[in-house]
Amino acid sequence: MSTTVAPEVAAPREVVRVRVPERSLASELRAIRIVWKRELIRYRSDRIRIVTTLVQPLLFLFVLGSGLQSLSAASTHGVNLKTFIFPGILCISVMFTAMFSAASIVWDREFGFLREMMVAPVRRSSIVIGKCLGGATVASFQGVIVLCLAGAVHVPYAPTLILGVLVLQVLLAFAITAFGVMVAARISQMQSFMGVMQMVVMPMFFISGALFPVSGLPGWLAVLNRIDPLTYAVDPMRRLVFSHLHISPLAKRVLDPGVTWWGWHVPGVLEAGIIVALGLVMLGVAIWEFSATE
Amino acid sequence: MSDDATTTASADGRGTSELPPAIVVRHLEKSFGEVQAVRGVDFEVQTGEVFGFLGPNGAGKTTTINMCCTLVSPSGGTATVAGHDVVRERDDVRRNIGLVFQETTLDGYLTAAQNLRLHAELYGVQSSLVAARMQQVMEMVGLWERKDSPVRTFSGGMKRRLEIARGLMHSPRVLFLDEPTIGLDPQTRRSIWNYIRTLKESEEITIFMTTHYMDEAEWCDRIAIMDQGVIVALDSPEALKAQVGADRIRIETENDEAAIASLRERFAIDAVISEGAVTFGIPSGEEFVPRLFAELGVPIRSVSVSRPTLDDVFMSYTGSSIRDVEESGGSERNKIMMQVMSGGGGRR
Repeated sequence: MSTTVAPEVAAPREVVRVRVPERSLASELRAIRIVWKRELIRYRSDRIRIVTTLVQPLLFLFVLGSGLQSLSAASTHGVNLKTFIFPGILCISVMFTAMFSAASIVWDREFGFLREMMVAPVRRSSIVIGKCLGGATVASFQGVIVLCLAGAVHVPYAPTLILGVLVLQVLLAFAITAFGVMVAARISQMQSFMGVMQMVVMPMFFISGALFPVSGLPGWLAVLNRIDPLTYAVDPMRRLVFSHLHISPLAKRVLDPGVTWWGWHVPGVLEAGIIVALGLVMLGVAIWEFSATE
Repeated sequence: MSDDATTTASADGRGTSELPPAIVVRHLEKSFGEVQAVRGVDFEVQTGEVFGFLGPNGAGKTTTINMCCTLVSPSGGTATVAGHDVVRERDDVRRNIGLVFQETTLDGYLTAAQNLRLHAELYGVQSSLVAARMQQVMEMVGLWERKDSPVRTFSGGMKRRLEIARGLMHSPRVLFLDEPTIGLDPQTRRSIWNYIRTLKESEEITIFMTTHYMDEAEWCDRIAIMDQGVIVALDSPEALKAQVGADRIRIETENDEAAIASLRERFAIDAVISEGAVTFGIPSGEEFVPRLFAELGVPIRSVSVSRPTLDDVFMSYTGSSIRDVEESGGSERNKIMMQVMSGGGGRR
């Protein structure tokens, strides 16, 4: 090997030697933080995604909302259809973004980056938690963009409303990301993942009552609606928005009847609790799945 | 056999004998269902060594390396890396090793610096040292100027260099490289090897790598040749080639029959005619050439001496040539052509 060319290396200096500490709570938190931060960096640098994930909610809100306005005018008691579906749209914009965030796990696996995270001397749970928090944060940002449109659909910018919507969005975003990560743990191909998500997300969206009031439904649909987890995100969101509208009591009763179980009105706090509980269960399953691999 | 080899290595001063071995592997086995990928391998890697695993695809190299770096759990046997058991002390092993995989594991959307920082955070490197360490490893692989470029804009060679830098970010004691140069052009391969060799000087690190490029194995201090899940030979490249023994000499003469007769008579060498030339094996072939001219008594038109390559070594242990020889380009013989008329001045 006498012809070896001299490597282009920097002049030898003092070698900076670092040390990897034993695993501790602090190191786990650091891992969660960096995985979370990565989601944010990627979201920020991906402007196309910010725009494309807005298209669908905007279509529903302005095209469907305006287009069906004349048909629905008779039964909405003076409330604009766009105003009525706005809470549902706040939910689905978060939902789609959270789904895409979870999908990045499939990409990460395909492009190998998942492995870099999996071999690090940290718990798998830290990786999964960081990922879910990252997805939740990103999806909430997206939700905020849609929330900014409130004025355009006659919803006031009241601080309590904004705060309440934000909290609900974060909870929903977290639950959906956890669901996506749980699914992604088992699926290695992007097409399959998107297929599964479409199969689950679209029915969830349609059944949830994002586009219609949940009272007086045909029996079979009422049952499906009460089973659909998204119902329990859309309903408190709608209650929140409607509590800030100046509309007739009749309109409120018809459009915002609230979810009932055998005639019992489910309180908003319990509904939010259902979303949180489901999110935590799916997070648990996702952690278990990722810990069991490799 | 591996024990012998280890002793040989220490004896010729290769291993830093005061330090405990960086890797100790005993009867390591791995089965995937019916398939026995690794059938009980034993070896030790000395601290500070560049140790290579050589063999065709599917020989069990990657499975062995994956067991050593805790990615695959062994079906049997033990492995200790940097003093920690790969099964019982998985986290301790992971804190002390750097990994560079066959396939890229970078995040293309992040910049080079962001990739390294993410790694440092995941490994819990002291925050105060991250920036300095990052600059150091990136300068080492010549990518400091590109630190703010997104990784997706990098070429294959640059990505691999960045991965090596990242693997070093947390000052591991052992760096594992699985086929670090696969799919790269020869020039890039050479530069990657230069980085690896330089590393050894500056970082006090043990390097364990796999390759199926025969010519690359020459860069290692010691190599283990693996075939069908077992180690068939383990020694320094020179020693392995010396075991094969003979250099190969091919001569073209005015009268091949007479030359063969003369070789048998005067040198007690059995030569054969192969591919139109008189061919025979002899230790220290180049030293033999002057005697050949002086004493053969048959006019010689040309002589070629080829040294045994690791290909020959591989063939002598496994009875077959390395199966992907065409891909590696490693079968290229280290040929030294000496023209009769020029008086044989071409020796390197």
